[in-house]
Amino acid sequence: MPREITYREAVREAMIGAMRENEEVFLMGEDVGVYGGAFGVSRGMVEEFGEDRVVDTPISEAGYVGLCTGAALMGMRPIAEIQFSDFITHCMDQLVNQAAKIRYMFGGEGTVPMVVRTPGGAGTGAAAQHSQSLEAWFVHVPGLKVVMPSTPYDAKGLLLSAIDDPNTVLFYEHKLLYNRKGDVPEESYRVPIGEARVSREGGDVTVVTAGLMHHYVLEAAQALADGGIEAEVVDLRTLSPMDDAAVRRSVEKTGKLVVVEEDVKTAGWGAEVVSRIVEGESFYALDRAPARVAGADVPIPYNRDLEAHVRPTPEKVIDAVRSLLDARAGVYA
Amino acid sequence: MQDDNDRVELLRQMLLSRYFDEKVNDLYAEGKVHGTAHFYVGQESVAVGAIAALKEGDVITSTHRGHGHAVAFGLDVDRMAAELLGQATGYCHGKGGSMHIADVGAGMLGANGIVGGSMGIACGAAWAFKRRGQDHAALCFFGEGATNEGIFHETLNLAAIWKLPVIFVCENNQYGMSMSVKKATAIENISDRAPAYGMPGVTVAGSDLDEVYKATLEALERARAGEGPTLLEAITYRYLGHSKSDANLYRTREEIQTWRKRDPIQRFATVLEGEGVLEEEGWSKLDEEARERIEEAFEKASREPDPEPASALEDVYA
Repeated sequence: MPREITYREAVREAMIGAMRENEEVFLMGEDVGVYGGAFGVSRGMVEEFGEDRVVDTPISEAGYVGLCTGAALMGMRPIAEIQFSDFITHCMDQLVNQAAKIRYMFGGEGTVPMVVRTPGGAGTGAAAQHSQSLEAWFVHVPGLKVVMPSTPYDAKGLLLSAIDDPNTVLFYEHKLLYNRKGDVPEESYRVPIGEARVSREGGDVTVVTAGLMHHYVLEAAQALADGGIEAEVVDLRTLSPMDDAAVRRSVEKTGKLVVVEEDVKTAGWGAEVVSRIVEGESFYALDRAPARVAGADVPIPYNRDLEAHVRPTPEKVIDAVRSLLDARAGVYA
Repeated sequence: MQDDNDRVELLRQMLLSRYFDEKVNDLYAEGKVHGTAHFYVGQESVAVGAIAALKEGDVITSTHRGHGHAVAFGLDVDRMAAELLGQATGYCHGKGGSMHIADVGAGMLGANGIVGGSMGIACGAAWAFKRRGQDHAALCFFGEGATNEGIFHETLNLAAIWKLPVIFVCENNQYGMSMSVKKATAIENISDRAPAYGMPGVTVAGSDLDEVYKATLEALERARAGEGPTLLEAITYRYLGHSKSDANLYRTREEIQTWRKRDPIQRFATVLEGEGVLEEEGWSKLDEEARERIEEAFEKASREPDPEPASALEDVYA
């Protein structure tokens, strides 16, 4: 039975479901126990599963992500929570040199079925070291999968898929998504990793996005529709492996591509979306140069207005779509 | 406790380890091997002594200087040689080379190209044993160079607070590449750090196989009894350079010679002769057989097939 719950509750429900189904699943991270996690995602879980399965760690991201890597190599199913995605810098060796490569280096023997859950993104006034969107880093690392669901439904279904997955999956949440509500079935279900979803159909322009930005794009799409422009919205849901086929299908219909991402523009994952479209056959389906709406190439500032200034907004998406449509066909300005 | 046959077997493993690395060193000199390797020559008694204390089902993690650990853990020298030569039949099908030899199913959780890189993995294996209620332990090898990495601090602390069945075996071979341990730390022994984590710290003469064995056994008993980890430091020395490209500019010939005189293999052979376990003849035979076994492994490996180029794109994801 679907009922409306928050994104936070959906993530929690997936973890609880997986832990009830499988003794080998455990959650490890800073303040995930009685505190319930910095954003309350694991609230109530230690009471059900005990301190051996909902494990409070010292502030040691490299240590416990390394430990989870080893436990996963032994066949367990760890979920490591990184309190703010910025802190993932502490465990880059564990993720990039160990978890991502073990299987390959060992010639296909061994797997690291670990999930690393972490909230990214700005908009909370937390400034430069608590607001970044660093997910593109991991898109760049073969051996890792990167998931960034935007709705409670996808959060639950993708987290269950991530826990099932024999590979290491980076699971990006967003602080501003936690309180968003949506319909979520009570029963267990999976949303496949690597499948984008067209969340709004339209024939005038394709807007590709993921995570919190999906909601900004939907807002923009509604406003554009009021002005007679029908945007087709593609929510990637998974950044790696990237479902560029879904993007291609849409672009071949609309001939126009806008990517909306929260991370900084330079070498962001949006660049990968654009590249995959323009270097293939679908290049010829484009009748405008693609555009990106992304974070400015700066650290996230503290002041509310400054922060808003550097982030994508629905207004910026609307502007980008309008200028793209205004551009003369064949003139790539 | 080991019987006579076991003790001869330990000597044999040390010889295999030594000849394996000497052979690889020669092959590099002849330009017949690709890439690089780090040699364990001089340290054999640490791996062999410590691993001899393990039981079936225990696991190890290794380092960039890992051939000796692999041999001592019982990995097949044929498949190791094939991996060094990049062949399809090597442990990693030519994808790992010297620094990534592993046999996860057997409990050899991998050599590791990153200093300190396997310390988290060892703790994770120990975590799995503890959670599953298994009477096993993880033996985590690393050099003294790793002890100044952050991961050393984090993993020793985690292992101590959760009383994980892991033995941290620090092979203090005196140099992190060219950096002398005397310059790199301000303490006498690496094991002096153990009390800071709330675990026992022990320093042993790494060239004395029996001492390494006994200290590991004691640490394993504590681990299996739920008493948690131990930091076990084995004082040792690598005779050869850090890797194949090392010109040994940071140490003297005399220093190397001094250590060579305390050779762990000679030392253990003398012990076995004293015990009457090994006759002079037995020794030469063992020595000759080990040398031949390694020659045979590399000879065989040289005839193995190269991997298919397309296999480079496989095994990224399960």
